[in-house]
Amino acid sequence: MTLARAALLVTGKDLRIERRAKVTSSQILPFGAIVLVLFAFALDPDRGVLERAAPGLFWVAVLLVSLLAVSRAFAIEVEHGARDGLRLSGLDPAAIFLGKTFAVALQLLALEVVLTLGVVLLYDVSLRSLLPLVLATVAATVGIAATGIVYGVLTVGLRLRETLVPLLVLPVVTPVLLGASRAWEASAVGAPGEAWPWVALLSAFALLAVAGGMLCFGTLLEES
Amino acid sequence: MALVATLRSAVCLLGRFPALAGVDLDVAAGDVVLVSGANGAGKTTLLRLIAGLLPLRAGTATVLGHDLTVDRTSLRRDLALVGHGTFCYDDLTVSENLTFAAKASGRPPAPADLLEQLDLARLAPVTHRHLSAGQQRRVSLAVALAREPKLLLLDEPHAGLDVVGREVLDAVLSRAPTEGRTVLLASHELDRARALATREVELVSGRAIGGRREHSPRSAAHETAEEVGR
Repeated sequence: MTLARAALLVTGKDLRIERRAKVTSSQILPFGAIVLVLFAFALDPDRGVLERAAPGLFWVAVLLVSLLAVSRAFAIEVEHGARDGLRLSGLDPAAIFLGKTFAVALQLLALEVVLTLGVVLLYDVSLRSLLPLVLATVAATVGIAATGIVYGVLTVGLRLRETLVPLLVLPVVTPVLLGASRAWEASAVGAPGEAWPWVALLSAFALLAVAGGMLCFGTLLEES
Repeated sequence: MALVATLRSAVCLLGRFPALAGVDLDVAAGDVVLVSGANGAGKTTLLRLIAGLLPLRAGTATVLGHDLTVDRTSLRRDLALVGHGTFCYDDLTVSENLTFAAKASGRPPAPADLLEQLDLARLAPVTHRHLSAGQQRRVSLAVALAREPKLLLLDEPHAGLDVVGREVLDAVLSRAPTEGRTVLLASHELDRARALATREVELVSGRAIGGRREHSPRSAAHETAEEVGR
């Protein structure tokens, strides 16, 4: 089986489970929406501040929901010893990493579409330059998902994984928060030229995260 | 007779505890080996070591031609383990769990007659979470068989099964040698397991002892298989 087919097999499995369990739509999405609403309440007295801070607030919300999505991606591997089943499956660990990363990234992208609507409606933000905004969002999402999957598998065998994942992931994805927020700011004010360097940074981060994950995931899966 | 697994002075640690403290074991192709022993004797650890799920800390182990001190992942495509967990996903149906396991190991989707053999056909569209514990155990066995393993490792496979489930399992085990399959079976249900096994290894405190017990005339041909107590 090719790497791509094996990865798609894992992605299909994870998305099928998610479609049945509906954790993303019934728990993670409402959580993200609540975060956006809380930000709006906190900064409501000054609509100007809310509008200016919207890109950063949006990506903080995305990072928070991504932690839940990553935890969920490995929670399904804990029940009934499924992680051992995955280890015994004969699948290339790099394919497992890519498959799980792709599944989480797709879920995050779906969440981001809804959260973007929330930002536009709640924070009164207009998005002018869509191409760099979309590319920055995709690159940032892949980077977050890949990083989350690496640290998720590292902690999957630990009892304290729910609290450990945020501690490990959030510092590492700080460049994503910075780059994605700046790219969104540039897109919001209609200055795509200022967004492209950030898109490049986010793409480089995503590539490094995916390449690093493919290299180390097997070892982490075995040792966790 | 070719050897499927060979362990020499195999040591496996769980934390700092030596769950296996120097096991010597030979398993010949086509053998159905019963691994007996008290709770904590190291039966589960032995099966997980042979499956490559646990690292070997000392000694040597070769399983399906793979040296476990060098590589304990490549052999997994050709073996299956039925352990304490079912290795299944709660939100996938029986059919989907089988299909995933088969495809992941590069096999074609599990044939319908496998579900028939295990009396699971009517449960194919049911999600794993809605099965009884006994049904989940049978699905676990089906998932293992869907991978068409050369080496089948069974850890307390009778546990939680009803009468019908036990008979189904016994039928699967009795067919294993003729299907070219080698079986290692850890069980506390010794009477039942001995009737199925061709040989028996007893583990005491992480060591294989007691030499061998032959349980059927067929195993007399497996001259290469023996255990050396330490």
